[in-house]
Amino acid sequence: LRFIHQVLTIVWKDVVAELRTKEMLSSMFVFALLVLFIFNFAFDLRVANVVALAPGVLWVTFAFAGMLGLNRSFILEKDQGCLDGLLLCPVDRSAIYFGKMLGNVLFMAVVEAIVVPVFVVLFNVPFRWELVVVILLGDLGFAGVGTLFSAMAVNTRAREVMLPVLLFPIVVPAMIFAVKLTGAILDGHPLLRVAGWLRWLVGFDIIFLVVSYMTFDYVVEE
Amino acid sequence: VNGTGEGKLRRFDVGDALSLVAAVMVIVGLFMALVYAPDAINLPAGPVRLTQHVFYFHVASAWVGFFAFFVTLVGSVMYLWKGERRWDILALSSVEIGVAFIAMVLVTGPLWARPTWGIWWTWEPKLTTAAILELIYVAYLMLRAMTEDPERRARFAAVLGIVGFIDVPIVFGAVRWWGATSTSAHPIVVRGGGFDIGPKMLTALLFCIAAFTVLYFALLVWRMRLERLRDGIRQLKQTWRGR
Repeated sequence: LRFIHQVLTIVWKDVVAELRTKEMLSSMFVFALLVLFIFNFAFDLRVANVVALAPGVLWVTFAFAGMLGLNRSFILEKDQGCLDGLLLCPVDRSAIYFGKMLGNVLFMAVVEAIVVPVFVVLFNVPFRWELVVVILLGDLGFAGVGTLFSAMAVNTRAREVMLPVLLFPIVVPAMIFAVKLTGAILDGHPLLRVAGWLRWLVGFDIIFLVVSYMTFDYVVEE
Repeated sequence: VNGTGEGKLRRFDVGDALSLVAAVMVIVGLFMALVYAPDAINLPAGPVRLTQHVFYFHVASAWVGFFAFFVTLVGSVMYLWKGERRWDILALSSVEIGVAFIAMVLVTGPLWARPTWGIWWTWEPKLTTAAILELIYVAYLMLRAMTEDPERRARFAAVLGIVGFIDVPIVFGAVRWWGATSTSAHPIVVRGGGFDIGPKMLTALLFCIAAFTVLYFALLVWRMRLERLRDGIRQLKQTWRGR
């Protein structure tokens, strides 16, 4: 319980810091909208079957916007010397990992909460509540290993450039599962029909949360 | 014959020995793949049957590539556990060799696929996995190049060496599920413990795999020595500056 309290404190710290500037959320949101617009023209989405393209468009948008958020996640900590402060705190390193990770999921979810309705309107696809489950699970997989890599990328020379190079190949499976599930949901299948995919996605989340949790110590160690 | 006999009586050297064996085996392997192994009579004559011979080096390269990344996984785990530089050297050396061999897989595959399938590439589980595998380990090398502090570089690389390897079977499973409706176009040679090829072909394949494995170890020994020499030079430079 103490652990959960520590994790939530770190999440809260990130939320407060973000609310002061609103830098990250606004840039992620505007960026996500721009990606949607660009896709509209790049693919010329006024084709007969928009639903066929929609899941891919949606997840590429999330992945790009999420990448922005993940990049900022540790750059702020690093530049302001806050990471050293966090590491000096009498908390377990894993609390820092889970705090930052949940913060990233939260920011992605907030942006998606605005982007999804826009997406539904712009691309004229049906909205279904099952989407929320899939999106949150996808975010968890993305941010789970993304937080680990973000902490690494911030300590390299290229910083912002390094993160996508590291992260995208690793999260390919999560993207595949999420796109498949989103497609099935938009097609009107109940979630139980695609339980196999859901299990894979949950499996991915668990595996990489555990591996990231176990290796995070080595990444932030000074 | 230079009088001192130094050149002649040099101590037995693992690197030299492995290189020599590898060189002989690869040349013999080339012969086995191109001459000894018969043409695949079940394939139409012409380019399809000819290019099938790339199979022996293709499979052997794939095996070495996967094995190399497995060695990297071991080196990475051991480095994080023990913190000794030699495990980092092992992981790094193995990645470089693995990237080269998987690159070979990605080149030899399409060479055969083009005449046989009519296309260079398809998003089939084995092909996709190999491509993503290559990208992960190229990222590994980039990560190393971009991290300044040597101790930190080793730690980051080890983390990626572990995460990357865990990802590989998941990618394979994901792509297989993704294309579950269409049957895979990639040939399956090993099935249920048996081999789907003739005895001569099998001999050639196993020989090529053995040859490439020896080649891997030869390259590994030399690459690790090179890295140790680099460490030595770095240390010498530091002591020189310290004076």
